[in-house]
Amino acid sequence: MADRGFDVVVVGAGPAGLAAACRAAECGRSVAMVDDNPLPGGQIWRGASKEAAGWMRRAERLGVEWMSGARVFDAPESQELAVEMFEGECRLGYQSLILATGARERFLPFPGWTLPNVMGAGGLQALAKSGMPIAGKRVIVAGSGPLLLAVARYMKAHDADVRLIAEQASKAALAGFGLRLIRHPGKLLQAVSLRAARYLTSCWPVSAQGHEKLESVTLRRAGGRTWTEACDYLACGFGLIPNVELAALLGCRLSQARVYVDEFQETSEAGIFAAGEATGIGGLELSLVEGEIAGYAAGGNADRAGSLFGARTKHRRFAAVLDQAFALRPELRDLPRPDTFVCRCEDVTLARVQSCSNWREAKLHTRCGMGPCQGRICGGAVEFLLGWQSESVRPPVFPARVRSLL
Amino acid sequence: MPDPVTVTVNGVMVEVPAGAMVSTAVAMAGVSAYRRSVSGEPRGPLCGMGICFECRVTIDGRAHCRSCQVVCRPGMEVRTDG
Repeated sequence: MADRGFDVVVVGAGPAGLAAACRAAECGRSVAMVDDNPLPGGQIWRGASKEAAGWMRRAERLGVEWMSGARVFDAPESQELAVEMFEGECRLGYQSLILATGARERFLPFPGWTLPNVMGAGGLQALAKSGMPIAGKRVIVAGSGPLLLAVARYMKAHDADVRLIAEQASKAALAGFGLRLIRHPGKLLQAVSLRAARYLTSCWPVSAQGHEKLESVTLRRAGGRTWTEACDYLACGFGLIPNVELAALLGCRLSQARVYVDEFQETSEAGIFAAGEATGIGGLELSLVEGEIAGYAAGGNADRAGSLFGARTKHRRFAAVLDQAFALRPELRDLPRPDTFVCRCEDVTLARVQSCSNWREAKLHTRCGMGPCQGRICGGAVEFLLGWQSESVRPPVFPARVRSLL
Repeated sequence: MPDPVTVTVNGVMVEVPAGAMVSTAVAMAGVSAYRRSVSGEPRGPLCGMGICFECRVTIDGRAHCRSCQVVCRPGMEVRTDG
């Protein structure tokens, strides 16, 4: 039995979730919004964000119930979620569910990537946004995608010594990206900072060195030199991957590692909607409009939902351009050595994973993907390195206290 | 601006901005190894968003808390096993 029931439950309080919750509430539905994080805003609006605060005020005015620090770990019955909070566990009932679970960074293993102070690009930014002083710290930003630029800009604005930004994509791929930006003027601002820093294309980290923590990073340029730079932090992520675990648990169809949705953002399961990065990486504007469509659709207002289809098409086109420009180069598959850990939870080396023929065998024989992150970190790497798609998801989708499972 | 918050990390007092996460307090205490991996390697935060579980610490006696998802409260006692 559910402890509390709502017409609409929204999982995730980033841009898509906030927009969805507000639109559903405007349709007169009772709405609860749950998020694992202590504050709303998701990853992109992390910290004291004006945008998140604006949406949050609107949500509060509309009577949206906000549950922070709450992670959904199971769907024990139809139209019911099991949620764990610091204080304990509760069951949430819903008529409609909107999944706005966002995305995470893709990490690729290379020698030294497990050293402390080697972090995700978003990972270092999150620490800095939470108050960690970075002024004067030597930072190398590496990997791929527009997030690198946003992170480098944030670091520079807070007086970090950003040594360089290493983007694995080629200049040719990015030039096409830059030209097409003209059709999307709102994005131009972001691209301008391409020139403002030491931005090296066709460049990637091949190893990190240090005793107990990071001391230097070795970088390589395609067809060129390999060299080592001293630094305090390496902020490194190779693009984003959708968080689809909860959708998979609920039986929603996945397509190319994304949650499949119809034009109303409804998944293959009736009454379960998905919006934002979980349905494919597309950025802020696309997440907002998808959230609005899902909110209106879950609220029963098909006309309002339909009026936003055009805007969504435009933003999806931009997402496709991005995806192409920042495609990962095959050389990155050679980054890990046989003795490099692929699974950081269970310390499983590439050689051991490669000795298996599929995910299932690797899990059973090596425990790869069986630790606390449940394959969320190594999954994206293994998919890229070996072409294995992760299999079915089982509850609990996040480690939960034993008491919560009883 | 709200007042800063004081917590202890491995018995050492650290002052952090209001709203800071425990992961930030650990870093500000000069600790880079938040935990040891199953084979004994030092590990610290990776994803910063509650997914990787690398930043696990003990908070007020509760083990395996993801330090990047918990806001510092005055007097909190944080222990790392790195």
